[in-house]
Amino acid sequence: MRAFSFWPKGFLQCFLKGDRLTRWLVTLPPSLFLVIFFLLPSLIMVAASFREPGEFGGLAPLAERGLTLEAYRFLAEDIIYLWILAKSFLVAGLTTLFCLLLAFPVALLIARSPKRQRDFLVLLVILPFASNFLIRIYAWIMILGPMNLLYSPVAVILGMVYVHLPFMVLPLYTNLEKHDPALLEAAQDLGAGAWTRFWRITFPLSLPGVFSGAALVFIPVLGMFAVPELLGGTGDILIGNLIKEQFLDNRDWPLGASLSLGLTAAVLGVAALSAVLTRRRTGKLGAGT
Amino acid sequence: MKRGFLLWCAALATYAFLYLPLAVVVLFSFNDSELNAAWVGFTTHWYSRLLADEVLLQAAGNSLLIALVSSSIATVLGTMAGIAMHRWRLRLLPFLVLTPVAMPEILLGVSLLLFFRQVLDLTLGLFSILVAHITFSIGFVAIIVRARLAGMDESIFEAARDLGASPWRTFTRITLPLILPGIVAGYLMAFTLSIDDFVITFFVAGVGMSTLPLQIYSMIKVAVTPEINAISTLLMGLTLTLIGLASRFAPELWRSKS
Repeated sequence: MRAFSFWPKGFLQCFLKGDRLTRWLVTLPPSLFLVIFFLLPSLIMVAASFREPGEFGGLAPLAERGLTLEAYRFLAEDIIYLWILAKSFLVAGLTTLFCLLLAFPVALLIARSPKRQRDFLVLLVILPFASNFLIRIYAWIMILGPMNLLYSPVAVILGMVYVHLPFMVLPLYTNLEKHDPALLEAAQDLGAGAWTRFWRITFPLSLPGVFSGAALVFIPVLGMFAVPELLGGTGDILIGNLIKEQFLDNRDWPLGASLSLGLTAAVLGVAALSAVLTRRRTGKLGAGT
Repeated sequence: MKRGFLLWCAALATYAFLYLPLAVVVLFSFNDSELNAAWVGFTTHWYSRLLADEVLLQAAGNSLLIALVSSSIATVLGTMAGIAMHRWRLRLLPFLVLTPVAMPEILLGVSLLLFFRQVLDLTLGLFSILVAHITFSIGFVAIIVRARLAGMDESIFEAARDLGASPWRTFTRITLPLILPGIVAGYLMAFTLSIDDFVITFFVAGVGMSTLPLQIYSMIKVAVTPEINAISTLLMGLTLTLIGLASRFAPELWRSKS
């Protein structure tokens, strides 16, 4: 068959043996889709922040109004935007802290359980997370309403913690599972108490897991608008609510775009910090995540 | 021993924190009272009322259609991306695939809104929602498929090649059957993400189109009613079933994800 092939030899070679064409055929469709619908819109967001708002929402025609730093000047002049960004960081930080406090015992318990029970215990953490995000917020509206705690900063933090907890448990557990129990036994033989063993061995070794879990919680909380909107009062809005407001209610898209870029910068900063901390820790202690 | 006990108590408290609120929602979906305050008696009244709610059923139908179509397309593209990322050292594709998974959803939502309205001048609706859902699902499918590939023994492929199988034949006869559980798990994941998505849909849905989460959102904004409890309970049942299916097809799913 092959001897009588219609195709030139090089073509067949390329298609059947050579990796090149296959590589393009497999890589191109997803790449193209994501370039058009993820990369391009992100770049347009940058451009939009330098435009002027249109009369009826959207952007003003480029030819007439040109490019401007108006949106950024507006942000810089009003201290309220900086304050809301700081508040978003504060809420994200507190949420991360409470998630860590709640997640650590669970992760430790799972890691120290017999192997056969571990998957089940992990599944138990993930299951509530599989119910719709709005339903999980709604559950707290039901509970906090009669307790007169609704529409307060406490409700916002509680909701944030509840919605993001599994993101902290999973990386922590993955890390803790890998610890060598011999280390703890050795420490015990040398007379270290339970408290010392935790703070001198388990906790320092778990730091890569803590950092990656912290990033997984901190980043989505930073951009969240639904939790403050449904559980918080008017004074509890965060940067996500500001962005939503500019795009859907006020229709000042350049301002919304510049706020989005601010959020992006904050997210990138947090992600980079987490990556650096994780790597440094991993290198120093020789315990992989 | 004492410390083990303390650990158990602390972990139990966290598990309770995770489950109690949802248990309250389920419980009150069967409560025979307009107010979600005290237990009055058992009823399935709220469920029958749901089934008579035209607007809600329409939204549920939309959600189902969007989830079916978007997860199918995302599975094909995500599988390609997962294979490509496993097979070759690429720079751009991993960035394109993983960033939408890691960044706050609102950023993807507003940038797509800007793109659809300002650049394409498109009327928001079914198409914009579909595109948005495919965009955020591809990454999850790719991660699951890549994890499945990473766990496999490379020598099988070498053996197939040595025995004279063409790359295409190796793919259809060896690779595909082996990663199929990963693909199915990825599909179920994409389906669940799509049917559950609120934030991104909220920005790209426009006025004409509603999905179940959008409908639930507007119901929650208006008032707390037992109907929301009933719809929540039904949705929880649905996602539970999907998770059960997914974990049956790929038990390594939740381990590889983290």
